[in-house]
Amino acid sequence: MAQAKELKEPRGWRDLPLSALPYKLSLEYKTGGWRAFRPVIDQSKCVKCLMCWLYCPEMAVLWDGEKVSINLDYCKGCGICANECPVKAITMVPETKE
Amino acid sequence: MVSVKSPKVPPEKQIKIGVNGDEAVAYAVKQSLVDVVAAYPITPQTIIVERFSEFVANGEVHTEFVPVESEHSAMSAVVGAAAAGARAFTATASQGLALMWEILYIASSLRLPVVLAVVNRALSAPINIHCDHSDAMGMRDAGWIQLFVENSQEAYDTTIQAFKIAEDPNVLLPVAVNLDGFVLSHTLEDIYMLPDEAVHEFLGGYRKAPKTFVDYLGKEVEVKLDPANPLTFGPLDLYDYYFEHKMPQVEAMKRAKDVVKKVNEEWYELSGRKYGDGVLDTYAVEDADVIVTVLGSTAGTVRHVVKKLRAKGEKVGVVRIRLFRPFPFDEIREVLKGAKVVGVMDRAISFGSFGPSFMEISTALYSLKERPLLVNYVYGLGGRDVPPSLIEKMFEELLAVAKEGEVKEPLKFLGVRE
Repeated sequence: MAQAKELKEPRGWRDLPLSALPYKLSLEYKTGGWRAFRPVIDQSKCVKCLMCWLYCPEMAVLWDGEKVSINLDYCKGCGICANECPVKAITMVPETKE
Repeated sequence: MVSVKSPKVPPEKQIKIGVNGDEAVAYAVKQSLVDVVAAYPITPQTIIVERFSEFVANGEVHTEFVPVESEHSAMSAVVGAAAAGARAFTATASQGLALMWEILYIASSLRLPVVLAVVNRALSAPINIHCDHSDAMGMRDAGWIQLFVENSQEAYDTTIQAFKIAEDPNVLLPVAVNLDGFVLSHTLEDIYMLPDEAVHEFLGGYRKAPKTFVDYLGKEVEVKLDPANPLTFGPLDLYDYYFEHKMPQVEAMKRAKDVVKKVNEEWYELSGRKYGDGVLDTYAVEDADVIVTVLGSTAGTVRHVVKKLRAKGEKVGVVRIRLFRPFPFDEIREVLKGAKVVGVMDRAISFGSFGPSFMEISTALYSLKERPLLVNYVYGLGGRDVPPSLIEKMFEELLAVAKEGEVKEPLKFLGVRE
């Protein structure tokens, strides 16, 4: 089926790809809303070892070459980064607090 | 056996061999250009994969043979292979099929045209290795096309047809070819095989993956695992899309029946052999007052008894149900509507209910204003023999029901000791 027309979302079953394949990337499915605890990085303590970047199961730790940050659109708040940080630069803060 | 006037491959060009039902399936798979066979090689496995592994070891096929550690893994491996675009096959029986159960649903919902040979055997407990249809009925709702064969010739023919049915662009569903354990699987019979090239041509060569449009790639791509066009098979799907993803399965099943019929006709033109209209195989039903329906090899015994009773002037007939899923409701209604009494034979039971085909036939006939009377006969569990004398007894009872015009016991057990 070649897609020509503009399709209304959410789609009806006749307009879905074969084999129940997803037609959008999972990037459009933001999982940050699942989070109960938010990682907060103390940049003064961070030694840029990137252990958090390596361990994050969601690839939600970002590294721009200078600074580590968290992509809160996808971070589920599991706390693995805080646990792995050798200098305790990451604190898990309840989402109920500012 | 050969009945068309001039099949493309005449009988003298076909290869006659003496094989059991398992070997008949193995030879069919050998000729079907199958890319991957994954199977658990120990009990309850049959000679199907034993013989096929010899073809692999001898270099007679190009197939990748994966001897996995369980049937759960066997079905998983063929699902993976089919998702990668391969033509994939596996075989099992009884407990092995039970262990495949959760992956059966994945094969059908991902629309992977896998072919599975099921050698029908009873389920434990107690442990039993002989024929009944309990294993197949356990996968009834898994979204697979289910064909039941009567003899080893049909096992060979149907296995090849199964690949063509499964891969038809209007179908794209897995197919289970059911053959009765021991009665067919371990019994020698002469069968006619087609030459390799004829089978290759019938199947259109190697499997070709279907195409679909994927928005994030912005184009139509082959539905297969390919790093150049990355696809995700079977990710999380919640209340927002799961229901929509079940509907194409419903529709594909609707279309499958006609494809089964079409492939039966194409095979007839090629080989001279066909099995009824592909979905039902009837005998002496036109003016019959009493008709018996049956699946699998028992049909031969019933037909034998029908011939005998017809010679005595009794108006009896038999319908062999070749296609169980999708169930041919319209066809069965058409065949049975004129009968006074229908005896429905089931080699399985749904505990707390009736035999599986009884429920289907009841459903099929309900919309008729005047319905035949129905009696369900559960028979042959765990390989219990079904001699002609037992079938004759059943017909006597059914003829008596036709005379009295009343069913006293709708569920009967044929051949069990009181």
